[in-house]
Amino acid sequence: MKDTVVEVIKLRKAYGDLVAVDDISFNVEKGEIFGLLGPNGAGKTTTFECLEGLRKLDGGSFNLMGKSPNYNYNNLRNLIGVQLQTSGLPDSMRVDEAMNFFSAYHNVSSRYDLLERLGLKEKMDTQYQTLSTGLKRRLSLALALTHNPPILFLDEPTAGLDVQSRVELHNMMKELQESGTTILLATHDMAEAEKMATRVAILLQGKIIIIGTPREVTATGAGLTKISVRVEGSSLSKPNIKFPDVAQYLSKDEYKIYFSTNPGKTVSSIIEYISKQKDNLIDLRVERPSLEDRFLEITNTKAKK
Amino acid sequence: MKAFKNHFIFEFKTGIRDKNLLLLNYLFPLGLYIMLGFLMKNINPGFIEIIIPSMVVISILISTILGLPDPLVKSREAGIFRSYKINGVPATSIVIIPPLTTIMHMIVVAIIIIPTAFTMFEAPLPQNWLYFILIFLLTAFISAGLGVLIGVASSSSRATILWSQLIFLPSMIIGGFFIPQNLLPDILKKIGLLLPSTHAINLFRYYSYNQSIGYNPLWSLVILFISGILSFGLAIYLFNWDNQNKTRRGHPAFAFFTIIPLIIGAIFLP
Repeated sequence: MKDTVVEVIKLRKAYGDLVAVDDISFNVEKGEIFGLLGPNGAGKTTTFECLEGLRKLDGGSFNLMGKSPNYNYNNLRNLIGVQLQTSGLPDSMRVDEAMNFFSAYHNVSSRYDLLERLGLKEKMDTQYQTLSTGLKRRLSLALALTHNPPILFLDEPTAGLDVQSRVELHNMMKELQESGTTILLATHDMAEAEKMATRVAILLQGKIIIIGTPREVTATGAGLTKISVRVEGSSLSKPNIKFPDVAQYLSKDEYKIYFSTNPGKTVSSIIEYISKQKDNLIDLRVERPSLEDRFLEITNTKAKK
Repeated sequence: MKAFKNHFIFEFKTGIRDKNLLLLNYLFPLGLYIMLGFLMKNINPGFIEIIIPSMVVISILISTILGLPDPLVKSREAGIFRSYKINGVPATSIVIIPPLTTIMHMIVVAIIIIPTAFTMFEAPLPQNWLYFILIFLLTAFISAGLGVLIGVASSSSRATILWSQLIFLPSMIIGGFFIPQNLLPDILKKIGLLLPSTHAINLFRYYSYNQSIGYNPLWSLVILFISGILSFGLAIYLFNWDNQNKTRRGHPAFAFFTIIPLIIGAIFLP
């Protein structure tokens, strides 16, 4: 039986004439990492801020852990942890003070272990104003996790993080997911969403265009498989070469890239052709469409309309 | 209680760590006190008679009217209050704790001014210490209330400077520190009564230094107290978590309600 943790029903938010979030509905189940994807201005942050209680809804409703926070949000304060995209702490607040400060308001003990885990142990005495962007985001994440919330909102969590911190954050997200924490993730990073999210929703101009697992989302597109080929000679550079079931073709650096609706047939034809031309195959890669490809397909189609 | 204590300690430390606040809480008031003390000792001995309450009130004005509003506006603009909101920091703590810690800094400044004025400038000590302390707290209460109200109602740092100076500069000129109120022309006397500092200095003169002020000092007590309550009440009512969110409970112009008792005082007091 599904255990719905976040239930959003026809949520609407407008700023004057601009409808930022337009009657969107979705559910998030316990232990899911739910990715909210979209270009800038799609409504991701506004959706999150409505669910976090930072903005008043203009329509619709939502439930967190089966309770509607519209009337008494304070009751649900300890149920959510939030890493805001743009938030700050007082310039002169030290890392350890920030931990003590917010832990006390959540009525829990200070979680120095989180600071250590996120590489902030050596920075305990450092004031917020002197932390790098990456360290500020790590601190923000540590503070969001202080009270062990069952629902975690992460808005662009890896922006400004180095590779190591990014890997550490992803490992942490997986651990949290395994322990039953539900994570709502807003991101521009399609690779991150594809790797981390159980399900994703693509938001465009305030509306959800598509929702499902990353595999489901990519499968609903044109379904073109990308075949990248590099040969020693110039056999593939000859004009008017045609391979079966190729819908699109492009040349990039030393590679010829074919988008095929039937990759098996296309690949065997390419290999046969190269062999006949007495050329040598150096590299051949077959990639299924990524979430990024699908995302670009959706946004481009929408833009053309 | 632990959260309140942590918040209070942090804000108190900020009043010293932050260079701007250090300047407004300590360096500017104490520097001005030393300068005025040496300057006025020879050219205006009348000022030395009330240098203790005058400098205490001026210090309160500097740290509250000039010092409190800007950090509130900057915190709102920087999204600090958004972080506070999602972590359950109540608006009342944000509005109440900075004034309380500022009052603590003011107590430290007053403790420096009183003995040094007595020894360095031969200033008379208050004749009634209990009244002195109570009037000090009342003055700090109304000034801190006005400070947070300016911070809450102002849309930007520039606006806070405008409103703060609108109170601070007239207070310095016609607030009764350098020129006794009874020597001012009638119109300036009336304008002076719109300023909390005038009522404060009159109360100090009457209750702590046994000087006549020409009207029943209870009126000044009532005016300051009601204005203080209104200031804090309106600051909590008008508090806004962030600049991007246009939803707020009342128009910032409601802040002007706080000066109603002062206007009534200016109309009816001699």
